[in-house]
Amino acid sequence: MAMNIKEIEALIKEALPDAKIEIQDLAGDGNHYSATVTSGEFSGKSRIEQHKMVYNSLRGKMGNELHALAIKTKE
Amino acid sequence: MDQQTKDLISNEIANNEICLFMKGTPDAPQCGFSMAIANMFKILEVDFKGINVLENQSLREGIKEFSDWPTIPQVYVKKEFIGGCDIVKEMYENGELKKLLEKKEIKFKK
Repeated sequence: MAMNIKEIEALIKEALPDAKIEIQDLAGDGNHYSATVTSGEFSGKSRIEQHKMVYNSLRGKMGNELHALAIKTKE
Repeated sequence: MDQQTKDLISNEIANNEICLFMKGTPDAPQCGFSMAIANMFKILEVDFKGINVLENQSLREGIKEFSDWPTIPQVYVKKEFIGGCDIVKEMYENGELKKLLEKKEIKFKK
């Protein structure tokens, strides 16, 4: 099971409505993505917390349907 | 997570200054992300313990719950969870990793 860019984007947007999201399909296989997420909600949070917010928005899909998603967060 | 797995993780973290929970071993990594972190530590010439989660299914699932982090690899420095591949790589590239090692009084190649 793979996920497409729109599905990933929609889930992150739902959790972080103000987020600017750039997603790249690294291998073109629908399985290895890289996402840069910029959101005001990251302000004052540690990088671990910021990444957890993104992981949580994906509701357990990370590591399952979504094999690899490299994350970079920006305030 | 069973108590045995929890104890195993706690002991590794308590007894090794740097723990890398990874897929494969530092010399024979089974995943590109695990390899990337092992290589950064090798370049910095720091002592680290690589713990192969592929050898133990309860450890593989347990470490995710223990750290509340969904992916592997995972890095602990002096009992503190530092993050996974993305965070450690970013810290390596912007010099924060060296600062952290300095702060934690861990020897590395400058």
